[in-house]
Amino acid sequence: MIRTPLRPLARILDARAKGENPDAIERENIRIRHEQMRDRARMRAEGRLLVLGVMFFCAFAVIGGRMGVLASTEPSEPRSSVAGAQILAQRADIVDRKGRILATNFETHSLYAQPPQMIDPERAVEELVRIFPDLDRERLTKDLTGKRKFLWIKKKLSPEQKQAVHDIGEPGLLFGPREMRLYPNGKLAAHVMGGASFGREGVHAAEVIGVAGVEKTFDERLRDPAQGHEPLRLSLDLSVQAATERVLHGGMKLMNAKGATAILMEVKTGEILTMASLPDFDPNDRPRPPVEGNPGDSPLFNRAVQGVYELGSTFKIFAVAQALDLGLINPSTIIDTQGPLRWGKHRIRDFRDYGSEMSATKVIVKSSNIGTARIAQMIGTERQQDFMKQLGFFEPTPVEMVEAQGGQPLLPPRWSELSTMTISYGHGLSASPMHLAAAYATLANGGRKVTPSLLRQPAAQLGPRVMSEQTARASMTMLRKVVSEGTASFGEVEGYAVAGKTGTADKPKERGGGYYEDKVIATFASVFPAHDPQYVLVVTLDEPVETSGDEPRRTAGWTAVPVAAEIIRRVAPLLGLRPQIEPGELAGITLTSN
Amino acid sequence: MRSLFYVLTALAVIGLAFWAYRENYRTQAALSKAEQLQHEIARTRQRLRVLNAEWAYLNRPERLMELAELNFDKLGLLPLQPYQFGRIDQVAYPPKDELLPILNPIEVSGMEADQP
Repeated sequence: MIRTPLRPLARILDARAKGENPDAIERENIRIRHEQMRDRARMRAEGRLLVLGVMFFCAFAVIGGRMGVLASTEPSEPRSSVAGAQILAQRADIVDRKGRILATNFETHSLYAQPPQMIDPERAVEELVRIFPDLDRERLTKDLTGKRKFLWIKKKLSPEQKQAVHDIGEPGLLFGPREMRLYPNGKLAAHVMGGASFGREGVHAAEVIGVAGVEKTFDERLRDPAQGHEPLRLSLDLSVQAATERVLHGGMKLMNAKGATAILMEVKTGEILTMASLPDFDPNDRPRPPVEGNPGDSPLFNRAVQGVYELGSTFKIFAVAQALDLGLINPSTIIDTQGPLRWGKHRIRDFRDYGSEMSATKVIVKSSNIGTARIAQMIGTERQQDFMKQLGFFEPTPVEMVEAQGGQPLLPPRWSELSTMTISYGHGLSASPMHLAAAYATLANGGRKVTPSLLRQPAAQLGPRVMSEQTARASMTMLRKVVSEGTASFGEVEGYAVAGKTGTADKPKERGGGYYEDKVIATFASVFPAHDPQYVLVVTLDEPVETSGDEPRRTAGWTAVPVAAEIIRRVAPLLGLRPQIEPGELAGITLTSN
Repeated sequence: MRSLFYVLTALAVIGLAFWAYRENYRTQAALSKAEQLQHEIARTRQRLRVLNAEWAYLNRPERLMELAELNFDKLGLLPLQPYQFGRIDQVAYPPKDELLPILNPIEVSGMEADQP
């Protein structure tokens, strides 16, 4: 560009000749030049702004476009990552303590129909009803020939059924892949497993959600894709569970009981090896909850954790153990058992008259209500409450099942001195068999609290101390005597030194107003082997009657104890427990005077 | 000099483009191979699960009990009983195979002396 001089000579000379001020020309030129400079600067600035604007526009357009694309396209798996292959099973397996499968997934198909695509709906209905006799012909015809665009016909198909439907050759009948939950062992441990069903359903997949038992408690853990390849390991032992259920079922039938439950627990770790509740159900085809009748009679009801019963004399050992721990008595202290014991208008009686006095050990061995009530009087209400609380009788059991929360113990609304006396022999406080098992495990564990668990535990528990070790050992000795010379003599299993306590409690009437005369809950809580406690077994029979004698016998010693003994006989070898010769008691020093 | 530089640059661009083209196709091939393998792994796992489930189903205690009862004549299986545990000191030591006493000893020390 040719730069215009500020003082062009021609114009200056011309201006001078005309007598004008030549500086005006210079100023004029400076002004013009400044204007040009300003225009250029503005042009450049505007250009930059434009470029910047265009760049911003492009950037936002790219982001917006990308978002639109992401939102509108079908999601796809990352093609090159390694992790993709693991996320296949929707739900992790459940295995027992030795890795045997309790619950797994199975691939199957669901059947759905798209009526607009159907060619011959009438024939399709005919064929479908022939394959699935449970379908309703009228309704299906209405659905398939009506205005509906889509309907589910079957949620799960077997491969044979799928082939049969395929052979109809109807293009409007379509299959969607499904993963279904399979419990290969059928009814075994049904209450622990619970069951699963479909949650949200789509054509390509459906959610499998747990509806009860551990399936529901660990629903998130089982559905977590990060842990999908790692099975959930329970503490149950499949073979022990099977043997227990078999013996328990036989025992229930033999004793004409309405229901039965058995819990086998390891003392040191609190692992539940067996939890059986009869009648049971098949979790593969979980029945619907009953709409009428007593929910406690439904097969879905888990007596082991949900059934809250008065457990009778099995509680006596707690009163005696506490009194021992407090130093109020020792095993040979003589207790007054003169009956009946009157308290207000209430009378406490024994099953038989055991004479006017007995030692504390005898009170347990003979199961004297009066003797235990006297001991409870010594302890007092507050200390008893405290002890029962420590043993876990105030809270639902912390077992990892949704049903366990339903097992809230029933405590007396007003814990009077009479309540203290009745609770000492197991009336007035209702708890589940699982509570009892945990409390007996605490006794067997040398007085350290044991928390029951359904998960495999890595190591022994070191719970808080509830009573001293000597007390726990003395209680074990007493419980051993109940079996060797007391009410549970049928519980003797050679080589396994069973210790335990029977409990027979009258059933309260459902509508209130006292107890049934001829309906009982018979319980046997046992520990074996007594000299080195390893396992706790609680067997409870609901309304048992033993009819081999002249008159029907309902006491636990005749009903629950033989069943428990048979379970121990079958199960202890499976647990790898060798029969042992019981170490003899040290010869007691007899005081003599001369 | 400059034109030679241009020619070389153009050749380099063509070469790189060819290389990128080939790499692209090889990547695609590797990806689809990986995908195929993933599918195969998935199928195999699925099959493994089915087989595991079938194994568990066939080994369910109920069925084993029935089979043991059905084949009692052949197998004679009964539940494990406490007395079946053995103790190591119940097992007798194997009897030593005692050599018979030597009644007619042969003198061998003097035999070599006879030979020349």
